[in-house]
Amino acid sequence: MKMDLLTSLYVFMLAAFIGFQVIKRITPLLHTPLMSLTNALDAIAVVGAIILAGEHKTKLAAILGAIAIVSATSNIVGGFLITDRMLKMFKPSGAKKA
Amino acid sequence: MNGILANDLLIETTYLIATALFVFSLMWMSSPTTARRGVFAGEIGMVLAIAGTLLHSGLDYTWILIPLVLGTIIGIPLGRVQMTAVPQRTALSHSFGALCVMLVGTAEFYLPREVPMTRFMMAVLCMEVILGALTITGSLMAAGKLQEWLPQRPITYKGQNFVNLGLLGVAIVVAIILVIHPERTQLFPAIVAIPLVFGVMMIVPIGGADMPTVISLLNSYAGLSAAAMGFVLNSKLLIVAGALDGASGFILSMNMSKAMNRSFSNVLFGAFGQEQTSAAGAAEAKPVRSATAEEAASILSAANKVVIVPGYGMAVAQAQHKVRELFDSLTKRGVDVKFGIHPVAGRMPGHMNVLLAEADIPYDKLLDMDEINGDFAQTDVALIIGANDVTNPAARNDPGSPIYGMPILDVDKARTVMVIKRGMGAGFAGIENPLYFLDRTLMLFGDAKGFVGNIVRELSGGSGHS
Repeated sequence: MKMDLLTSLYVFMLAAFIGFQVIKRITPLLHTPLMSLTNALDAIAVVGAIILAGEHKTKLAAILGAIAIVSATSNIVGGFLITDRMLKMFKPSGAKKA
Repeated sequence: MNGILANDLLIETTYLIATALFVFSLMWMSSPTTARRGVFAGEIGMVLAIAGTLLHSGLDYTWILIPLVLGTIIGIPLGRVQMTAVPQRTALSHSFGALCVMLVGTAEFYLPREVPMTRFMMAVLCMEVILGALTITGSLMAAGKLQEWLPQRPITYKGQNFVNLGLLGVAIVVAIILVIHPERTQLFPAIVAIPLVFGVMMIVPIGGADMPTVISLLNSYAGLSAAAMGFVLNSKLLIVAGALDGASGFILSMNMSKAMNRSFSNVLFGAFGQEQTSAAGAAEAKPVRSATAEEAASILSAANKVVIVPGYGMAVAQAQHKVRELFDSLTKRGVDVKFGIHPVAGRMPGHMNVLLAEADIPYDKLLDMDEINGDFAQTDVALIIGANDVTNPAARNDPGSPIYGMPILDVDKARTVMVIKRGMGAGFAGIENPLYFLDRTLMLFGDAKGFVGNIVRELSGGSGHS
C-alpha cells in the first residue's frame, strides 16, 4: 500500500513535467482545440465510474457510478467531435476551399 | 499463471498503451499539420482503455452500457455547437468532467471496506471531492455568463472576498477533521455542499473579460481533481491524464493572466472593471478624424502591408465572413494581409483563431501578438475590427492607466490606423483609448459587418490599384 502510493506520486510528478514541456510547445493558434482535447482525455475518469457501476457493491455506488458514466461519456464524445471539427477548419494558404 | 491474473495483465496493458497514446496525442497537437492525428491517437487510447475496463470480471453490463449510450446521445449535440459557442461548451464540459469525478469520490467514500482508508487516501479523496464540487458549479456559472443567461458584469458586495475565503476555509477545516476522524461520516456532505456554494460565489464577481483566465483555471482544477481520483483508485492512467490536463489548464491560465497583466489572485478577487467606469465619459469633446468606406478602400488598396486586428466585437457582429472577403479581395490585388491576434481576443484561449479559421482564412496568416508586434513599424495600415483595450497605447506609456503594463498589439506604430467602431463609447473595461485621437488614426464609424461589406464593395467596384 505504501509503495503504491509512492509510485503514484512518482507517476504524477513525471506526468506533470511531461505535461508542462509538451503543452508549452503548443502554438497559441491551437489553444482552443487543445483545451477541448484535454477535456476529452480527462474524461478517462469514466474507467473508475464503469467499475463502480458495474461491480454494483452498493445501490448508492451503482447509481452514482452510472450518472458519472453519463457525464464522462458526453465529454468524451462531444470533446473529440468538436476538437476534430475545429482542426479540420485550419488550412494553410493555397489549400482548396472546402 | 491463472486466468484471473492473465486478465488483469491484459487490462493493465491496455491502460499502459492508452497512457502512451495520450502523451502522443498532446505532442501531435503542437502543429496544425499533425493535430488531427493527435485527436485520432486520443480516440484510440480512449477506446482501448474503456474496452480494457470492460474486461474486469463480475461487471453488470446493463449498468454500464445504458449510461454509455445516454452519454453518447448527450455528447453528440455538444460536439456540434457553433464555433462562437465553443467557450460555453468548454465550460459546461469542465462541469461534466468534475461531476463525474465528484460522484466517483462520493461513492468511494461510502463504499464498505475491509481495511479502512489510510489518512493520506482520505486527504486525497477530500481534495478530489472539494475540487470537483467547486468546479461543477463554478463552470456552470461561467457557462451561464458566457451564454449570457447570467449578467456578464461582475457582481460585488462588501466583504465578498472574506465570505468566499471563509467558505473555502470551512470546507478545508471539515476535510481535516474527516482525515483525523474518518468515522465521522456525517461530516462528508459538508465537503460536497460547501464547495458547491463556493463555486457559485467564486464566479459571481468575475466579469466577461476575465473569462479566458477563469475557464483555463477551471480546466486545471478539473484535471487536478481527476488526478486525485487516480490516487484514490490507484490508477496510473488516470493520474497521467489528470496531470496532463491540470498542467495544460495551468499553462493556459498563466498565459491568459500574463496577457491581461493580472495575477491569479487579482482575477479571482479583483472584480476588474467596476470602478473604472466613472473615469470614462470625460473626453467626448476631443476631435477625431473619421473616414468613409470609399476612402478606407482607396487607402487599403494602395497599401503594401495590412494587418487586421480582430477583437471579440468582430465575432459578436458575425463579421468574420465579410472580413474573409476583404482578405481575399486585398490579397488578389497583391496586398500582403496578415492578422494580429491578442491572446485574449476571444472568450477563451485561442478562440479568435478558430473563428477566423472557420471563415476560411489560412492559419499561416494568423499571427499571435509576439510574432506580429515587430511588423507594425513596416505596416501601411492596421485595421482594427471590434477590438479596443488590446490596442490601447496607454497600457505602454501611461502609468496612471488601469491597464498599464498589459501587453498590447503595437498598432499605433503602423503608418495609418483604421478603427471600425460603432461610436466613441469606451471598451469592455470602460477605459478611454488615446489611440483614437492620434493624427494617423481614422475612425470608421459603423457596424463591423456592414462597414467591412461596404469596403469590399468599394474595392470590387473601383478600378483597382496600379
